[in-house]
Amino acid sequence: MYKALSGVLGLLMLLSPSSTCAAGTTAEVPAQVWSFKGLFGTFSRPSLQRGYQVYNEVCAGCHGLRLVAYRNLAEIGFSEKQVKKIAASMTVKDGPNDEGEMFERPGRSSDRFVSPFPNKQAARSANNGAYPPDLSLIVKARIGGADYLYSLLTGYKEPKKVTEVPEGMYYNLYYPGQLIAMPSPLSEDGVEYADKTKATVDQMARDVTTFLAWTAEPELESRKRTGVKVLLFLIILTGMLYAVKRKIWANIH
Amino acid sequence: MSKIGSSNPVIKWIDHRLPVFTFMQHELHEYPTPKNLNYFWNFGSLAGIILVTMIVTGIVLSMHYTAHVDYAFDSVERIMRDVNYGWLIRYVHMNGASAFFVVVFIHIFRGLYYGSYKAPRELLWMLGVVILLLMMATAFLGYVLPWGQMSFWGATVITNLFSAIPFVGEPIVTWLWGGFSVDNATLNRFFSLHFLLPFVIVGVVVLHIVALHTHGSNNPVGISIKNNDDQIPFHPYYTIKDLFGLGVFLVVFSWFVFYAPNYLGHPDNYIQADPLQTPPHIVPEWYFLPFYAILRSITFDILFLEAKLLGVIAMFASIAILFILPWLDRSPVRSARFRPVYRQFFWILVIDCVILGIVGANSPDDPVFSGAKWFQYIHLGMISTAYYFFHFLILLPLLSIFEKTNPLPTSINEPVLGGGKATAMAAAKPMEKA
Amino acid sequence: MADSTGDKAVSQKENVETRRDFLMLATGAFGAFGMGAAIWPLIDQMNPAADTLAASTAEVNLKPIQVGQRVVIKWRGKPVFITRRSKAQIEDARKVSLTSLVDPERDEDRVKKPEWLIVVGVCTHLGCIPLGSKQGEKQGEYRGWFCPCHGSHYDTSGRIRKGPAPKNLSVPQYTFVSENVVKIG
Repeated sequence: MYKALSGVLGLLMLLSPSSTCAAGTTAEVPAQVWSFKGLFGTFSRPSLQRGYQVYNEVCAGCHGLRLVAYRNLAEIGFSEKQVKKIAASMTVKDGPNDEGEMFERPGRSSDRFVSPFPNKQAARSANNGAYPPDLSLIVKARIGGADYLYSLLTGYKEPKKVTEVPEGMYYNLYYPGQLIAMPSPLSEDGVEYADKTKATVDQMARDVTTFLAWTAEPELESRKRTGVKVLLFLIILTGMLYAVKRKIWANIH
Repeated sequence: MSKIGSSNPVIKWIDHRLPVFTFMQHELHEYPTPKNLNYFWNFGSLAGIILVTMIVTGIVLSMHYTAHVDYAFDSVERIMRDVNYGWLIRYVHMNGASAFFVVVFIHIFRGLYYGSYKAPRELLWMLGVVILLLMMATAFLGYVLPWGQMSFWGATVITNLFSAIPFVGEPIVTWLWGGFSVDNATLNRFFSLHFLLPFVIVGVVVLHIVALHTHGSNNPVGISIKNNDDQIPFHPYYTIKDLFGLGVFLVVFSWFVFYAPNYLGHPDNYIQADPLQTPPHIVPEWYFLPFYAILRSITFDILFLEAKLLGVIAMFASIAILFILPWLDRSPVRSARFRPVYRQFFWILVIDCVILGIVGANSPDDPVFSGAKWFQYIHLGMISTAYYFFHFLILLPLLSIFEKTNPLPTSINEPVLGGGKATAMAAAKPMEKA
Repeated sequence: MADSTGDKAVSQKENVETRRDFLMLATGAFGAFGMGAAIWPLIDQMNPAADTLAASTAEVNLKPIQVGQRVVIKWRGKPVFITRRSKAQIEDARKVSLTSLVDPERDEDRVKKPEWLIVVGVCTHLGCIPLGSKQGEKQGEYRGWFCPCHGSHYDTSGRIRKGPAPKNLSVPQYTFVSENVVKIG
């Protein structure tokens, strides 16, 4: 049975390429190098902080980050004081107070990121009917993940063929259908990095993608760290179990 | 049932009143097991262990989950972000579902290959099919709970299947929903049922094991135990073998949990459900893909029966057919080792099922080969579906009559007498000989 | 399985036995450790989650509170009594001799500023909320708080004076962030 099984597996390997057909006309997303990929991957702290800056200065006008709390920023290297300052610069709706009124107060580090629009409808009406999605999970919620997001941000090219680009739409090589309602968000020196890194479009796209990869999977680092230990442990344990198994079965003929 | 031989007075006192120790002694230690079981016999106990893991992690997750359309998605994300080890527990539960199906599918195909469904194990087999059905229901219900786009639209599509039932279809769907679409009432009842069904599965598993222990395990040779030389006690021989198998499984499983936790999932389920927007491509979880392919492959009406209804019938029939399998395959020889023709067709069936899975993952009107536009996945699906039913309904009854089987060995312990085939088998299994 | 009865074979067999025993023991211990490590996350998940811990501080603006007024705020799902004590109330609390107390504690040790008494409003008996914070509510014999469940009387320092409660109302951790803002937790 084992032999036949390997035969079947081999046959399936031959079959499988035909099943992964490239979708439509959208360009294939090229793979990028990320520090958080691989067995021991971690997020680069400077890149995360720059990425937060890009999000804050460029994206936050339209896109929310509602699943992330300000306190989480401490995990990417901001000090408690910085986190408090960031939180306090936001206005949070709270209430009701003793008079039964809703009121506004400065944000606390335990608050989650304040979304730019109170609801989906408001977001749509402010953006010509297009809905700027919340970015908390965007890297997990798109096929291609970080590679796709980076490609999208840098994919505002001139249309190759003569493509009719309607009013209010923009051509993007990697967006499904290639017409996107978001204008190219990044421009050379669009932000002035606190750490004096040159803010090229490529740099900003990489940084903000790293940041959003973190917001999507804040557990990634501890997951991978735990994973290495668990796997090592299990491999040793399984080896020992195999030895015990051989010993116990030694006298069976 | 022999009494426990322990001299420990506490054990004796308890056992005299509640014979748990005698029971364990009988079912674990004395329980005679064929000595020639190969590693494909590991998957039953493995499935049991996964079931327990799923129940434990599930109960833990339910402590943090909120079954409400406004909060479900966020409560799952809170588990991922804020609950201590929440991400680990959820990823184990999520990937555990896939692992459960992998293990159970292998368990089922092992049964098919070695004829484990034949007399006197027909009820054992049928209880297994009941477990599979319950698992599918549980998995479907559970997938709805995170309330992502795939959750919502998967639930919508699957519940809409029931609208194919003539006359009462629409009222049944409304009844399932508790409203006029998949909504809060639906989510609540799905959560309730998702919590309930695993315990029903445990009940059926107990019956499955009782039935198993009545006649004991089948074995790779497929002949019954004749004397003491053929058998060994379950403990310690198979307990340690199962534990080793568990270790190997855990290594693979952990790799998925820690390094590719979302590999088997769909990115769309990380988008909160939006009842006003269908994702471009609705695909079920991988373990439903073959059934999904069968469902979609019926595109034509037969007499007064609509294609939609026929698809649903075909999908359910593909599993229901397993219930009558013991009566479709009347061959007196159990193991495919001694059934040269059946063995070929078994592997063709395996390939057929995998092709069905591939068909289920693709759009029906996409071409299978980029060179041949006229041959679409829907066509491949139709052929594979037809073959699936052909295998069970026509091929197996015919094989039972016409197949010339190889001679069987006289006993499990002395397969050499059975001829060259068995010698090859003995050589191919150094593991058990160790 | 056929065991030779020769001496050499026996000693060899024993040798194998002890090696097997050691291996089994080691594997068992290793496996048990793994089980323990696997169970820990299942236990730890019941501890307060990160967001619960982060939200466990409350900042209160003291400015609007009048002398003699008591307010109740919610902190960690429990009421906290904040009292702006009058001179008379402070004196009341300080003139009591420690020996007459059930749970002897000086008032000076229970406050950071004499004017502000901040205590967790949960009766130390069985967890009811004592009356006395709102106007018109029964304050008990010592003009502090009175627990209606089993009749415990607390004084103006929140100390237990009479009734079944064994301990004084507990003082939460707090700091004065500024003159008028206190941070509890």
